[in-house]
Amino acid sequence: MLNFIWPIFIILSFSYAIFSGNLQNLNSSIFESVESAVNLSITMLGTMCLWSGIIHVATNTKIINIIHKLLKPVIKFLFPEIKHNTKAQNEISMNMVANILGLGNAATPLGLKAMETLQEENEHKETLSNSMIMLIVLNTASIQIIPTTIIAIRSSLGSENPTSIIVPVWIATICAGIAGISITKLLIKYSKKRKNI
Amino acid sequence: MIDIVNFISNLAMPLIILIIVLYGFLEKKEVFDKFLEGAKDGIKIVVNIFPTLIGLFLAVGALRSSGIIDIIIQCLEPILHLINFPSEIMPLAILRPISGSSSIAIATDIMKNFGVDSQMGILASVIMGATETTLYTIAVYSSSVKIKKTRFVLIASLTADIVGIITSVVVCRFLS
Repeated sequence: MLNFIWPIFIILSFSYAIFSGNLQNLNSSIFESVESAVNLSITMLGTMCLWSGIIHVATNTKIINIIHKLLKPVIKFLFPEIKHNTKAQNEISMNMVANILGLGNAATPLGLKAMETLQEENEHKETLSNSMIMLIVLNTASIQIIPTTIIAIRSSLGSENPTSIIVPVWIATICAGIAGISITKLLIKYSKKRKNI
Repeated sequence: MIDIVNFISNLAMPLIILIIVLYGFLEKKEVFDKFLEGAKDGIKIVVNIFPTLIGLFLAVGALRSSGIIDIIIQCLEPILHLINFPSEIMPLAILRPISGSSSIAIATDIMKNFGVDSQMGILASVIMGATETTLYTIAVYSSSVKIKKTRFVLIASLTADIVGIITSVVVCRFLS
């Protein structure tokens, strides 16, 4: 996918900048982009190591069993193909918990750990498996109890009621989540059918 | 209300770390050794996704700075008008799946111009809260395990985003 989207982005924007004489902006944005990618990675390195460490502690205690038990029905429904992979199930449950609590920083390392585990039993190493797609869709749907970032922005802009958006956000994320899960389930079914023919 | 929510958000992270470390300690596990093992994995993950970040940031930055994104937004405007989509929100809706930082910038702009608690300001906030930077998430997740063929993941996540954005518009209309 990115082998297609990335060149299109570059070709479109670079040629447009050359034709419209917008080169100065483009030049400074090239340096800014690379710099902010480095900055993000450095920040990420910290949180990523912190949370990978904490989670590794958690997976060695009984906490993980408790969470796993709570989320088992959900995981069973969403990830029917990893019935026997407890490690992947554990990591996915932790990723879900972090997402729901609004801990984006913790959710990403957990999700990526789960991707690694899923990759181990993936038959086609170059292609996303069904479970991987479901995991990514869940993470793009951003299902969370408290949307912390946007509440922080709203209160910094002097809103009288920064948290008034919580219920509308719930409704919207739930609809988005249901839509994402259903279409993923549908497309998985459809791609299986096509293989059988 | 805001105090309670703030308290809960501030509590979440410390409480989780505390519970995990306490549990490990009470179960007599080698908590620090386990922490170090896990943290080492964290480095590997960041190293794996770093090249993706450079590439993605470059492309998205160019898209915005070259001005082509404005042309794309103009092209999409008539389509979104058909479904009675508020035009002030359009740039946000289009940029949201591509770029996290520029969508935050646009949302902040909207909130400043229309007022944080105006209908537009609330709509921008709800969209920001209800959606994710889809392209970034897909790129990071697939590149962390060096996967190139992503099948229908983009279609599925974009559908979720579109549904999320449309629901936000409907809910905010209903509220006011």
